[in-house]
This record gives sequence, C-alpha cells and structure tokens, in this order.
Amino acid sequence: MGPGMLRSVALWLDQRLHLTRLFASTAGHSVPASAHSWFYVFGSGTLLCFVIQVVTGICLAFVYAPTANDAWTSLLFLNYQQPLGWFLRAMHYWGSNFMVAVMTLHMVQVFLFGAYKYPRELTWISGCILLLCTLGMAFTGQILRFDEDAYWGLGIGASITGRTPFIGSRLVHLMLAGPIIAAETLSRFFTLHVFVIPGLIIALVSMHLRLVLTAGINEYPQPGKLVRKETYVAEYEALVHTEGVPFVPRAIGKDLIFSALLMVGILACAAVFGPSGPSGPPDPTQINTAPRPDFYFLSLFALFALLPPYSETFLLLVGPVIAIAFLFLLPFLSGTGEKSPRRRPVAVLSVMLILLVIGLLAYLGTYSPWSPQMDAWSGAPTPVEYVKGRTPLELQGALVLQNKQCRNCHSLGEEGGRRGPALDGVATRLTRDQLIRQVIQGGGNMPAYGKNLAPHEVTALVAFMQTLHQPHEALARDATVPALQKR
Amino acid sequence: MAVHEPQQSQTTPPDISRRGFLFALGVGLNVVAATLVAIPIIGYVFSSFRYKTLQEWIQLGPLANFPEGQTRLATYRNPFTSPWDGSTADIPCWVRRLDGEKFQVFAINCTHLGCPVRWFQESGLFMCPCHGGVYYADGSRASGPPPRGLFEYEYKVQNGHLWVLGGQLPTLSSPEA
Repeated sequence: MGPGMLRSVALWLDQRLHLTRLFASTAGHSVPASAHSWFYVFGSGTLLCFVIQVVTGICLAFVYAPTANDAWTSLLFLNYQQPLGWFLRAMHYWGSNFMVAVMTLHMVQVFLFGAYKYPRELTWISGCILLLCTLGMAFTGQILRFDEDAYWGLGIGASITGRTPFIGSRLVHLMLAGPIIAAETLSRFFTLHVFVIPGLIIALVSMHLRLVLTAGINEYPQPGKLVRKETYVAEYEALVHTEGVPFVPRAIGKDLIFSALLMVGILACAAVFGPSGPSGPPDPTQINTAPRPDFYFLSLFALFALLPPYSETFLLLVGPVIAIAFLFLLPFLSGTGEKSPRRRPVAVLSVMLILLVIGLLAYLGTYSPWSPQMDAWSGAPTPVEYVKGRTPLELQGALVLQNKQCRNCHSLGEEGGRRGPALDGVATRLTRDQLIRQVIQGGGNMPAYGKNLAPHEVTALVAFMQTLHQPHEALARDATVPALQKR
Repeated sequence: MAVHEPQQSQTTPPDISRRGFLFALGVGLNVVAATLVAIPIIGYVFSSFRYKTLQEWIQLGPLANFPEGQTRLATYRNPFTSPWDGSTADIPCWVRRLDGEKFQVFAINCTHLGCPVRWFQESGLFMCPCHGGVYYADGSRASGPPPRGLFEYEYKVQNGHLWVLGGQLPTLSSPEA
C-alpha cells in the first residue's frame, strides 16, 4: 500500500467522519497563549486520573465478587492469587488518591485565578458537581473494599443519615437497602460506584469540556485587569484572535508532561506502597476494631469528635448544604472584577485557612487523641520510677489505676490514651479533695467512678495520684486553707 | 431534504394544525407512557419506604449463658437475611443480667455514629473506639459526643431462654434495635 493509497483512505475517512473539522472545533480550538502554563495542567491531570480509574476499575470488576459473602475473599484472591491483581488494586487505590489530590489543586488554581467568574459560571458549577461525584466515588469505593472499616464506615454513614428529622429511618433503609448492613447494601454501593456515579461523571465531564470550548479557557490573570460583563466577551475574543494558539499542539505540551509524570507517580506509588487492605473481614461480631476512614474523610471523621455534641446534628445536616450552596453561588457572588490572586488577599487567605483546617483535622484524625486506647490498661505497665519507694497504700493505688482502665484515657510517662489529661504531675494541679471528687463524680469529659470504686480503692488511688509530681514541685493546695496549716 | 416544506406549511393553515396536533399527541403519549414506565422503577428503587421498622423475636440463648451481675457479648443471626449476606448478618449485642430475670440488652452501636462499643468489666464502662463516647454499665451516657445512652432491645424470658426483639440497625431516628 503506497503513500498515495494511504492518503486516499485518509481522505475517504475524513470526508465521512469530518475528522479535521472535529479537530479544529475541539482539540485544535484557539486558546490564549498565556494558558500554556504549569498552573493549567491540573484539569487534564484529573481527567487522566479518571481514565486510569475507569480502566483499572473495569479490570478489577473482571475478578471482584460484589456480594457481601464473597467480596472480602475476592479481594484477598486479587491480592495473592490473581496475577498482578495486587498491582491493579494498588493502581486503582493510588489513582484515586492522585485524582482527589490533583482535583483539589485544579479547584484551588481555578479559584485563585478567578476562572469561575463571568462568563464561566457553569464551568465552575459543573466542576463543583464533579467534585461531589469524585468524593462519592471515594466513599463508595471504600465500601467496595468490603472489610471491617467498610462495614463500620457504613454504620457511620447510616448514623449520620439517621439524624435527619422525620424521614431519618426511611433514608437509612434506602441507603442500606434493608434494615441492616448486609448483602443488598453492598450491591447498592457497587451499583453506585460502577454505574451511577461514573455515568454522571462522564456526562458532567462532557459538559465541563464543552463549556471550556464555548466559554473559553481563562486567560492568565493580570493584576488590575478587571472583568466587566459589558466588555469581557469581546475582549476575550479579541485576545484569542490576536494572541490565540491552537490548544493542540501549541498549548498542550505542559499538560502532556504533567500527565506522563502523573502516570509514573501512580505506578511508582502502586509498586512501592502496594494496595490498601482489606483489613479484617466485614464481621460485626469482631468488635475489637477501631474503624478509620480513608484519607479523604479523616478530616470529617475528626470533626465528628471535636464538634460540640449539641451542635452536631444541625452542623452535620445543614453544614454540607450551606457549604455546597456557597460553592455553587460563588460565581454569582463575585462574578466580576479582579481575577489575579495578587489583588485578592481574601481569596488567598480563605484558601490557606481552608487547607490548613482540613489538613490539621486530617492530621488529628490519623492519631485520634479523643479515642480511648483500648489496650493501654493491660498493655502499658506503670513506669518503674512511679512505683519506686512508694508505700503499700500508694502501690495499691497504682494497681487500682491500672486495673480500672484509667490508662485507656490518661497517659502516664507518655503511654496510654490521650482522651483525658496526662496524669504525670496531676498532684500539682488537683488537691486531694479535688482528686477524690473528680474520681467519684467525674466531670469535664470524665465518667463518674463512684459506683465502681470501693472507698478503700479511692483512698489508695488518690494516695498514689498524690505522688505524681516531680520532687521539686509542690502539691496543689486549697487556697482557702492557710499554707502553714497543712493537713 | 425537507427544506421547502416549512414554507409550504406556512401557507396552508390546516396542515399546521394537523402537524401541531400530531406533535402534541406524540408528546402527550410519551408523557403518559414515560410515567407508566417510571412508576414500577420508582416503586422498585424506593421499595424500602414501604416498611418502617422490621422487628422479630430472636432467641439469644439459655439463661445459664448469662451469669448474674455480668455483662456478656451475645450474637444472633439477623432474622431478615439473604442467603448471600455472609457474616454481615451476624449481629452482636451486650447482655447485662442484673439478677433473676431482670436484663438489659444493648445494641452494639454507639449512639453517636454507630461504631461498636466495648465493655470494660473492671471499670464498668462501655467505650467507643471511634470518637471516645463512654457509657455506664446501665447504658446511660457517661461522657463524650453521644447524644443519648445506648440503644436497648426489648427482651423477654421464655422457657429458660432469653429473647430480644430486634432486626434493624438502630439509629437516632429509629432507636428500636
């Protein structure tokens, strides 16, 4: 087949498929030359991650058994039996992490560069729905890894849903597809993860990309160059006309490099760190578990522990609605004016604050100081220096402290729970009477132990706690009692 | 292909009304048909709305399994189960026997966000591993974020066996376990 023949085949195809026309109006459309920037690579990067997720997801679905009885075992099969199954699971897991990360960068960049402003409101809004869909994929995907964390994660989801007034229990049954977390629940989340949400994402990405074509891509913002509704479209068209370059091949170079690096990054993480889980089987009778969500929901998980209980139901149900409404309304609240982050200090500070809060909450979520350390009472012995040279009564108190599981919430010598304050040095903070009162009545965040401690146990416990101070530190004393008149 | 027809139809009013009628009829028929299609689909997807609570008496075992003055973990197979539920339909609960035939049976789920609470005999407390909720031996809230005490099952003693009324995951809006 000579080159002439090849050319005539190409022409024949083009005449029927209109490929050159399609190219000119899509990939080859003109964009401002300033859009060829390293800041503009995150959108295509997110799309690449999505494609990787679709491909690896389809591969996993070849083997995964989406039933409550078999899902966990099929994940072990994928990890240990199916050739390269562990690697595909790892790629899907790391692909999801990268997708959430790159999507966040894309959103931050779009926000900071004012790209959501007139006339790109719908590009922003479709992006916001894509964000929600991606988080939905993250949550449902975590459920498909049907292990104990998935099981109790569903319990958390159901408990939040159950707080809805009036229709709470119906929504719970709709979410779980039954009265408990069981077979139909997994089938439901499988359907969401594999059909419903990906379908939505494909539709929304099409809309998002079409809007990039019709409303154009944001030019690199110049400080002082304001967006005005009357003039912006004409200015943009003039800019694209005079300084525009075809996206392919003149503005796509950096996107291509970033995409290649992303793929290498996902491969490298998958190869080095491997797949995630599954942890223990989804057996609710195995109650010795400390459920934790995946990274993206750790900040939310931390928030649940730190919100004041009285505000929690309200904030859980109304907070997300307000946050999402604010995101959707953003292009209408500040649709014109300055675009450059150099002249938008509030925007820059907001981003920093939000990222800082989410990051801090996620960090707290990783070591969750609010959770009792369930095995500290039996696993973390009293440090030797705290029992050296103590009286029998004080030693008995040390035993009470250990046996009554105080260490699950209170640390001693850096070991133990962090729910309550560390007990090292407690004698300098509370007097004997205050210690007795706190132990018996509880208070602050401490349960009352009055019913579970005999008087002699309280006496011993408090005697021991009174030794918990450095030799040079004075004991706490009641200010109403003169210092010299010691007990 | 049909380039000239609109001009023609503009000059002949009866044709407009005929085409208009067919269009309106077509739209109308599709609305009716689509509604008919939607009814079973919606009924199928939202079938869980038909029942409110699903509960049945479940046998937890002979009284001898539950020593007086102690709190023990018991498990049962959920009465509403599918053959492919696997271990997910094995539900645990905490049984506290006060004395004689006086019991308290608590759902495993923390009232805060549903995580499994653990019983600590020595300190007489239930502790939750998720957000640090703590309950007293009688299930009442001791500290932490839970908005109420543990969910309790209704129970009865029959023929020397303990029975509980259960079948659904308890939540704040339907606290019957």
